Amino acid sequence: MINKLVLENLKHRPVRTLLSVLAIAIEVTMILTLVGLSRGMLDEAGRRAKGVGADVWIRPPGSSAISFSSAPMSEGLLKFFGEQPHVTVATGTIAQPIGGIDTVTGVDLDKFSRLSGGFRYIAGGPFQTPDDILVDERYAKQNHLEVGSQLKLLNKQWRVCGIFESGKLARLVLPLARLQELTGNTGKLTQIFVKLDDPKRTNEMVRAFKQRLPDYAIYSIEEFTSLFSVNNVPGLKPFIYVVIAISVIVGFLVVFLSMYTAVLERTREIGILKSLGAGPRYILSILLRETFVLAAAGSVLGILFSFGTRWLILEFAGATLTAMITPDWWPTTTIIAVGGAVMGSLYPGWKAIQQDALEALSYE
Amino acid sequence: MSRSGSLISIHNLSKSYRVGEVTVEALRGVDLEVAAGEFLSIVGPSGSGKSTLFHILGGLTPPTRGSVSIDGVNLAEMSDAGRTNMRKTKVGFVFQKYNLLPTLTARDNIAIARHIAGKPLEHDAWFSEVLDLLGISGRLDHKPRAMSGGEQQRVAIARAIVNHPAILLADEPTGNLDTKNSDAVLNVLRGLNERLGQTILMITHNPEAAAYGHRIVNMRDGQIVY
Repeated sequence: MINKLVLENLKHRPVRTLLSVLAIAIEVTMILTLVGLSRGMLDEAGRRAKGVGADVWIRPPGSSAISFSSAPMSEGLLKFFGEQPHVTVATGTIAQPIGGIDTVTGVDLDKFSRLSGGFRYIAGGPFQTPDDILVDERYAKQNHLEVGSQLKLLNKQWRVCGIFESGKLARLVLPLARLQELTGNTGKLTQIFVKLDDPKRTNEMVRAFKQRLPDYAIYSIEEFTSLFSVNNVPGLKPFIYVVIAISVIVGFLVVFLSMYTAVLERTREIGILKSLGAGPRYILSILLRETFVLAAAGSVLGILFSFGTRWLILEFAGATLTAMITPDWWPTTTIIAVGGAVMGSLYPGWKAIQQDALEALSYE
Repeated sequence: MSRSGSLISIHNLSKSYRVGEVTVEALRGVDLEVAAGEFLSIVGPSGSGKSTLFHILGGLTPPTRGSVSIDGVNLAEMSDAGRTNMRKTKVGFVFQKYNLLPTLTARDNIAIARHIAGKPLEHDAWFSEVLDLLGISGRLDHKPRAMSGGEQQRVAIARAIVNHPAILLADEPTGNLDTKNSDAVLNVLRGLNERLGQTILMITHNPEAAAYGHRIVNMRDGQIVY
């Protein structure tokens, strides 16, 4: 009977119900989109790192696995790694930030092809001139580029000479020497990749490299990609928590206002229920169930919206941002939404309980 | 029953409350006995205290002094929770403004009274007879906004007696109705009283309505005057 009353109450004020559900849905979507973005970006970075095909990954001393540092390693290290036993290829790249979280990567295409099997071109092909640039398909799609298009980067015009399949190393690729020269990093590298004759020797070789170069960050590719997690990005976890807190506050306020209005509007009805003998638990139960329905509906809608935000991100910012659907977070966001909503309904509920039956019955 | 054999026994009942800084003496030593199965009309001008008496009898507000006993239970000794509990089964209300829940159908407005009282939602054969008597059997699936005032008041009467209350308290039940609907509602009340023995206390301004009762009690300035 209470459930029937709750549903009828919600149907009675469809706009308020819809707005409340929508606000809770936005709260849930915010959380899911942020988590999906964080995971998606890290997963994409990890996938691209794996796509390089290296067995060992070397980063400069004092650097973290995930950073946008420029080029603090000497190119001379390539000779050192190249001379080590079981090493078949050693090549390096330079990554130059170009604004936001985007970077352009300088690559020695010949060596990179030996390492990874090379880029798979969807259109065009390798560099023809020093002013050529390679872009991956996502970047090309987002920026409406095709082979022959001009692209301005680092205060220079570049000609798109090839578009390659996404998922390998970078989205924007320039000739290594050209990027080193342009950024004043001649002879310097951001990272070094090493391929071994037998991947089973990876751990053994990592240990050997670490003995020889104790200050450098040297990882097996498995270890390196495992570092692409929320926990390893400085500030990301607190940022997620802040967004969740803001979302909870928004949900709390929306439900608070909605239920407060509902209690005021239904003052007379609460009086009627009290005149029939409804006690505090009965009245509170109606409001809490109503809140729960709003929060549950908002959570479901929010989950559906997160598919929409993912689509929007991939469609309009797919080169820069990658979002994932994170079903493991659905229960968490639902609990957060319901918890915030229930908190928001406590004061209106208390107010409803405290209402004097006589005053409520004479409320106009 | 109370010590006097009455269903309702009121002795030296007083009620005062504060409006701002002024204390209002709404009831001043009321004594009243109502027998089971009686249809009592309480008349009096505005401010005479009849609504306050009605609210105390319904357990909506506690008395300040004196005793009020319904079916042997003294309301003056009850807590808020006790009076709330008493309203589930001992008392049925009919208000001037019908006071139906607007979002529920007539059937559900009646059913929710059963639910609050912790009784099964399905009513018994006796109540089907009551619905026929009230003439609302065919209107049960309509919401209040689709019903006339008279129909809404008859639904309110059905809701008030669905739990077999000891007393039915009707506060100006015809105050919002035209003559035709007023007569219908008053006839229904009299029918409930005569056929089912329902004890009814009705507050009214209208002498014609009051005449439907077995006995008329006049109130003035918080006291009963004969």
